Amino acid sequence: MKYLLRRFGFLVITLWGALTVNFFIPRLMPGSPALSIIGQSRGHINPAALHALEAAFGGTQQNIFISYIDYLGNALRGQFGVSLSSSFQPVTTVIMRALPWTLGLVGVTTILGFILGTGLGALAAWRRGGALDNVLPPMFIVVSAFPYFWVGLLAIWLFALTLGWFPTLGSYSENLIPNWTSWGFIRDVLWHAILPAFTILISSIGGWILTMRNNMITVVAEDYVKMARAKGLHPRRILWQYAGRNAVLPSLTGFAMSLGFVISGAILVEFVFNYPGVGFLLLTAVQNNDYPLMQALFLLITVAVLVSIFIADIATTILDPRTRGSR
Amino acid sequence: MTLLPLVRRVLTSSWRFLRRDRKALVGSIILLVLFIIAAFPSWFTPYNPAAEIYTPGLGPSASHLLGTTSLGQDIFSQLMAGTRQSVLIALLVGLFSTVASVLIGVTAAYFGGVVDDLLSLFTDVVLVIPTFPLIIVIAGYLQGSGGESFWTLVFVLTLTGWSYGARQLRVQALSLRNRDYLLAARARGESAWYVIGVEMLPPMTSLIVANFLSSALYAVLTAAGLLFVGLGNVNSQSWGAMLYWAQNNEALNAGLPLWALTPGIMIAILGTAFALLNYAFDEVSNPALRSVARRAGRSRKQALA
Repeated sequence: MKYLLRRFGFLVITLWGALTVNFFIPRLMPGSPALSIIGQSRGHINPAALHALEAAFGGTQQNIFISYIDYLGNALRGQFGVSLSSSFQPVTTVIMRALPWTLGLVGVTTILGFILGTGLGALAAWRRGGALDNVLPPMFIVVSAFPYFWVGLLAIWLFALTLGWFPTLGSYSENLIPNWTSWGFIRDVLWHAILPAFTILISSIGGWILTMRNNMITVVAEDYVKMARAKGLHPRRILWQYAGRNAVLPSLTGFAMSLGFVISGAILVEFVFNYPGVGFLLLTAVQNNDYPLMQALFLLITVAVLVSIFIADIATTILDPRTRGSR
Repeated sequence: MTLLPLVRRVLTSSWRFLRRDRKALVGSIILLVLFIIAAFPSWFTPYNPAAEIYTPGLGPSASHLLGTTSLGQDIFSQLMAGTRQSVLIALLVGLFSTVASVLIGVTAAYFGGVVDDLLSLFTDVVLVIPTFPLIIVIAGYLQGSGGESFWTLVFVLTLTGWSYGARQLRVQALSLRNRDYLLAARARGESAWYVIGVEMLPPMTSLIVANFLSSALYAVLTAAGLLFVGLGNVNSQSWGAMLYWAQNNEALNAGLPLWALTPGIMIAILGTAFALLNYAFDEVSNPALRSVARRAGRSRKQALA
């Protein structure tokens, strides 16, 4: 319990750190570019909203300390102002439009990547020196050295342009009207998701394979695994119920954390495929100098990561009694 | 006077390491070639990489090995000329963030107590703040202010790249802290700098090198990603900028896959070199990870001897 309290304290401190970084970066930049942009929105938005923006980016004459408190208060209440590039809609509305696409695409592929990668890693370690063990690690050394968006470029060139199997960009065909009750639309969405999903899978699976393989190598040498063998248990039972269950613990923390990175994990893949998710939105915001949107997205991404790290801590405490005593 | 034997010893032991470890050997050869290209790009560029004077959109031929861009530049010359920036970024960010990791991680472990608590907390906070979005946001603010220079990039990548290494180094330094020889050095009244520099760091060499290599890889990939989306100096001679211009001119749709894809392959070649060396060092510090065949071979040799 004390451990979890500590971790919660860490969450709060980090969140405060991220908020503070967010507050000071625009002020530290030479020539405060944010202000001139915000100035242009004068007359388009109501004075209260303009004041909130100026407090966040350093436009007012008021004491910086008061601005900081104002800014923290607004952020905690989820008020991030209006998006300068999307006809002054509230930032939260703009983000909520993009969020489901990212959660669907990156969320599903993250879970798939973890399951596949961990399974393959366990098998590779189980048969040390076997085909999997010899081929997978060197292969993923090379894959991990490619910029992950590049895999997307290659996939577009090969599967979309040369073979014509998949569309090159977007999340659904432009001539369709979004309708989640029609099978035709859902099929179209899935068809558009395959190449980006493939790209994310290829670039994320290697890490899971290597982590699980390395954990597994250590665990397989433990006495209780030898004992299980000596008892004559079925090898498959030893692999998954004895060794695998314990070897997966460190990966599990990583997995919970990676769920937090779902929102930000595929920025460049979304960019390559023009996929209308959060990452694509962040880049568009940057290109359009939409500072309020940028700030809110960065905070959203940070909060997602922090919360999932906290959940990972809780999960390990429950799953692995050994961690309860320490710290 | 004593320097020469030392140099010879380092050289022979690294040669022995390379000869034994195929991963390390391949990685070193690739790095050496890329370093030569980065140092003397003009030896390898048949044309002026910046010139936009050749027939645009040519396929590969004897005169233009990889064809030309739709802006009329020679792709092969551009690739060679772009090597320098990636290599420099890798080395500089690798060096700076390793120094920062060592300073912060080892200091925390050496002094312990409140110093350790504060430095560790700081490291953990930096570690969990999502790096790439943060860099994008910083780059976004810098965009309007003309601050998108090479050194800003190195600075930002270092700022975001040191924390993981600091954490690892702290853990290893903690495990060394109470060894007898360190206690002895302290009891002799040696200064903190002496104990850290002469007694603590040498046993940590392989982890420090591994850190350097993974920061270098991180820097190359992140810098390329940033330039690819147009953040940073897109008019520099670099692989990232090539990717940006190829994407901007829809090179894939225009039937110029070599323009769009070859810079990524160069990045991957450089990255593979760092990754290969990294795994080789990983296996040095954790023998359990070595491949089974090689371990079996060695124990057989030992049995024969």
